[in-house]
Parts: sequence; structure tokens; C-alpha cells
Amino acid sequence: MNPVNYLYLAALLFTIGAAGVLIRRNAIVVFMCVELMLNACNLAFVTFARMHGNLDGQIIAFFTMVVAAAEVVIGLAIILTIFRSRHSASVDDASLLKL
Amino acid sequence: MTSTGEAVQFWVLAVVAVLGALATVLMRKAVHSALSLAGTMIVLAVFYLANGAYFLGIVQIVVYTGAVMMLFLFVVMLVGVTAADSLKETIRGQRLLAGLCVLGFGVLLGAGIANASLHRFDGLGQANAGGNVQGLAALIFTKYVFAFEITGALLITAAVGAMVLTHRERTERAATQRELAEARVRGGKQLPPLPAPGVYARHNAVDVPALLPDGTPAELSVNQTLRARGQVRDVSAEALADLAALEQRSEDRLERKGKKR
Repeated sequence: MNPVNYLYLAALLFTIGAAGVLIRRNAIVVFMCVELMLNACNLAFVTFARMHGNLDGQIIAFFTMVVAAAEVVIGLAIILTIFRSRHSASVDDASLLKL
Repeated sequence: MTSTGEAVQFWVLAVVAVLGALATVLMRKAVHSALSLAGTMIVLAVFYLANGAYFLGIVQIVVYTGAVMMLFLFVVMLVGVTAADSLKETIRGQRLLAGLCVLGFGVLLGAGIANASLHRFDGLGQANAGGNVQGLAALIFTKYVFAFEITGALLITAAVGAMVLTHRERTERAATQRELAEARVRGGKQLPPLPAPGVYARHNAVDVPALLPDGTPAELSVNQTLRARGQVRDVSAEALADLAALEQRSEDRLERKGKKR
């Protein structure tokens, strides 16, 4: 098997995640799809690291994981705050600027 | 080129990963989405291990499926009460257009990978020779040490930010029990304690409302949260139907007895 297949899988997962971000309206599910996209990128990084025979790709994937963890903490806190004030987790309902 | 075993593993687990990802997007309930995503992440961890990223594979399981997804589930439990996703489109044609965009994007990505010259394949044998964790550590603490320090600052900021965002300052004193009782008397709506669930109904589960003398359910007897979720199980009609069936049966039997006479 050609290891390029891992890259195709990563592209497919990224695309599915992007579809979820565009289609879903529950903020939590949108957030999960963003996580899926980040994970797909990590898979690509790890595969590239293997292809090029050095560990730099794995380091980048590691930093992506750290940033994703921080992002999840803040994002979920924001979702909770919005839910408390608006009683809805739908991204359509957070439209304070709309008349 | 990789071994046959890895190819088999890839083709089996890739299907699982894609199915999990699709389920994440397509499942209506957020809890099901979260569990599908957790499955996909575990499969990705196996792929990391197969690609020689031993440290990342373990971190993927511990951090992603262990911490991040459980945090997601936690928030789903907190928020999910009214978070049922409606399938109604608010913007007309949005789903179709999104599908088209995503399809085009996927084709672009795939074409890009297909046209890239990715013939080089060194493998990690040399890089992992001194151990994967040791190799990563050597890179993190020399070449990437500045990024590593920034990461620490980022994590602290995130922790403080989460605490600030979810903290609620109590601006007034909490009402005492006596004040609550007085307010209730003044309001005059429901002076005695609320009725218990299941009274005179045929079940005594908490989601079954008590029945009033005329057989209609007493909504007040069910927990407010269950009412908000619409999880009240109304058995009053069922009970009446059962009663009617019982009467019918007894009448039938009596009739038969009458015929015998």
C-alpha cells in the first residue's frame, strides 16, 4: 500500500468535517466537526513525518493537539455562556446584531 | 511501500473512521455525534501508531478521546436539554450549496494530493532509532523550545479564560427558606407541597405524572427538567384504554356465562 492513502483519508475526513461545519446548526456539533478537521490535519502531518523520515511533522501535530485542547476549553466555555444567556445552543439564535 | 498487514489494517480501519466521521455530521442528537467522533479519534490513534508516532498515538487517546470528548459529553449533558437540532433549513438552498462547495473542495484536495510528487518514502526507522519519545523531546527542547514556551502561556490563558467565562458572580443574597415560604404564601399559587409523580397512575416512575380524579395527568407532579425536555410519559390515555379493555373482557365473560345458563 502506498502511504499516500493516509493523505487521501485525511483529505476525506477534513472534507466531511467541513461539510458538518457548513450544514449543522447546533454549536456543539459544529465544534465537534472543527475537531474532526484538526484531527485530519494531524493525520496528514504524521504521514508527512513518516514520508520525509524526520520527526518535525510529529512535533507540529503535537502543537496542534495542544492548541486544539485550549480551543476546546475556551469554545465550550463560550457555548455555555451563550446557552445561559440565550437558552439555546443553535448558531442561528446568536444574532444580536440582527434587527 | 508498507507491509501487507498495514494495508489490511488501513482499509479496514479507514472505513470505520469515515463512517464515524459521517455519523458525526449526520446524527441528529449531539450525544451520538460525540460518541461517533470518539470512535473516529480512536481509529486515528491507531493510524498514528502505525505511522511510527507512538507518543502521539497515546496522547491522542489520552487527550482527545479521554479529555476532550468527555468534556464535549459533559457540555452536551449541560446544554443538551433543549439542543435538539431542527432539520428545517433557515436559509433556503444552504444545504445544497454547502454540499456543492464541500464536493468541490474535496475534489481540489484530492487532485492536489494526486498531482503532488510524493514519491519519497523514507520511513521513520532512522528518526525513531533512539526512541520516538526521546527524538520528540530532543526536537521540542532545542529547535522548537520557543513554540513550546508559547504553548505553556496559551494553556494558562485558556484555563483562566474558561474560568472567567463560566464564572457567575452572585449579585444578591440568596433567599432564605422563610423568605421563600412567605413569597409562596403571598403568591398563593401552590401552597402545599407539589404532588408526587405516579399517584393513581399505573406506574410510579418519576416521568409518569400523577392522575387527577378525572383521569387527566397532573403536570405539576413531574420534575421541571423532565417537563422542559418533553420527557413526560403520559399514561392516562393508556390507563383509560386498559380499563375499557378490562370492562369489555368482563362483559364478554359475563355474556358467555349468561349464554350457558
